[in-house]
Amino acid sequence: MDRIVLHSDMNSFYASVEQAERPELHGKPVVVAGKEELRHGIVLTKSVEAKRFGIKTGEALWQAREKCPDLIVLPPRYRLYRRYSELARSIYYQYTDLVEPFGLDECWLDITGSVGLAGGDALVVAREISERIKAELGCTVSVGVSWNKIFAKFGSDYRKPDAITAITRDNYRDVVWPAPVRDLLYVGPATERKLHEYGIDTIGGLAHASDAYLTRRLGKMGLVLRTFARGEDATTVKPYDPATRTVDRVIKSYGNGLTAPHDLTCPADAKALIWLLSESVAQRMREDRVRARTIAIGVRNGTDLCGYGRQTHLARPTAATRTVAHAAWDLLTSNEPLDAEHPIRALHVRASDLVWPGPYEQTSLFDLVEPDYEGLDRAIDDLRRRFGNTCVVRGAELVDDRLAGVDIKADNTVHPVSYFHR
Amino acid sequence: MVRGIQTRRKRYVEVLARIDPDGTVTPVSITWEDGRVFRIDRVLDARRASSLKVGGCGMRYLVEIGGRATYLFFENPRWFVEEIVPGVPRADGGLG
Repeated sequence: MDRIVLHSDMNSFYASVEQAERPELHGKPVVVAGKEELRHGIVLTKSVEAKRFGIKTGEALWQAREKCPDLIVLPPRYRLYRRYSELARSIYYQYTDLVEPFGLDECWLDITGSVGLAGGDALVVAREISERIKAELGCTVSVGVSWNKIFAKFGSDYRKPDAITAITRDNYRDVVWPAPVRDLLYVGPATERKLHEYGIDTIGGLAHASDAYLTRRLGKMGLVLRTFARGEDATTVKPYDPATRTVDRVIKSYGNGLTAPHDLTCPADAKALIWLLSESVAQRMREDRVRARTIAIGVRNGTDLCGYGRQTHLARPTAATRTVAHAAWDLLTSNEPLDAEHPIRALHVRASDLVWPGPYEQTSLFDLVEPDYEGLDRAIDDLRRRFGNTCVVRGAELVDDRLAGVDIKADNTVHPVSYFHR
Repeated sequence: MVRGIQTRRKRYVEVLARIDPDGTVTPVSITWEDGRVFRIDRVLDARRASSLKVGGCGMRYLVEIGGRATYLFFENPRWFVEEIVPGVPRADGGLG
């Protein structure tokens, strides 16, 4: 028997929550956006009404205001959104224990085992969930119903807001296959371009592409995407643990990034940010008792806002802030001149290729033994645990007043985890 | 526009409630800011719901006070009622 998977997507989540909390905002163009003075002033979510003006997520606020002068701009209230997200999940739990969140506003539900309670009709369950969210939270959801997670997600995106779409074995060739290939989960602009070069523009086209081509252009990912397109994805809906608020999955990397309050145009500023980010990344690794062998940076420059990434491998896995920061700093200085002509808008530091230390560690026989920086870090971590994250600060971070006081680790919120992290 | 919205506002109130060993919460009385205590005679209904009049969501109790029914919301940890605002809406759409 086929599984029954629902994908529930809360429409314009942040904006809908604001409208549910403040009824006077109903029917008005509302966007939730970051702080403009910190230059995080981009649209995070737009209400249905704001969407009609052509406002897009990720747009700068001045662009949005140009399209709609009466736009209401609200700062994000993540604690509130998390509360609504938890309330929605508590409704999902009354239908199944297999609830896998994908970000704050989306969830997969496997109701194969419980659909009998609703007379065996998945659409009855979908309708009930949708109506309860509307009555109990004051927000709308769009729900996709299918036999696999990929098509369920496609269904919830197919019609919105406040809609239910069933993708069945009878209709997927007519509904999913004619859709543009970018509507498939994990087909981004780069993949879309590669597929387009080969004349593949629809999901149906991808479903019929040959092994040889897909592997040549997209590697093993090509075959995975074709499995998605054919509706053969068999990944299960992971049970979510409400106590730890995580899905049981293996962490593959630790990363932090920040758009700087002002463009970085000198080595001191860039160094401060690199240390700030490395500190958070390394501290999180130490808390989870892992070390990383690969350090990567992401750079977004201030002139054309284009970005790139570079990475390096370490001789020995580490969780020491100093080692992570030095690796990241070396990567940055070998790629960027760090002067006024080459301003940097945002930086990202990521540690991957993780190892879980065993009872002993093989050290190098020939290299000089490095001092135990992790011991120093552990002492600092302990101070921070007791007195707050900003009680001990690196000298490099002090050169920039505007960065001082930024607590990357505590501000590090829950981001949607990747589908492939398992 | 939702009707009635200009004549109501969200009012957080002090509530005395009884919590049974099984976790059931039953509001017993509401204390208004001027010190008046309104005893809740009966709880007619309890369900999760959002307030369409003043916004917000939580456990919604339909309670009977002095023969009249009204909504009391438990937003966890705060309680609020949809307070009736005396006076007429101002011309600018604000509350009187």
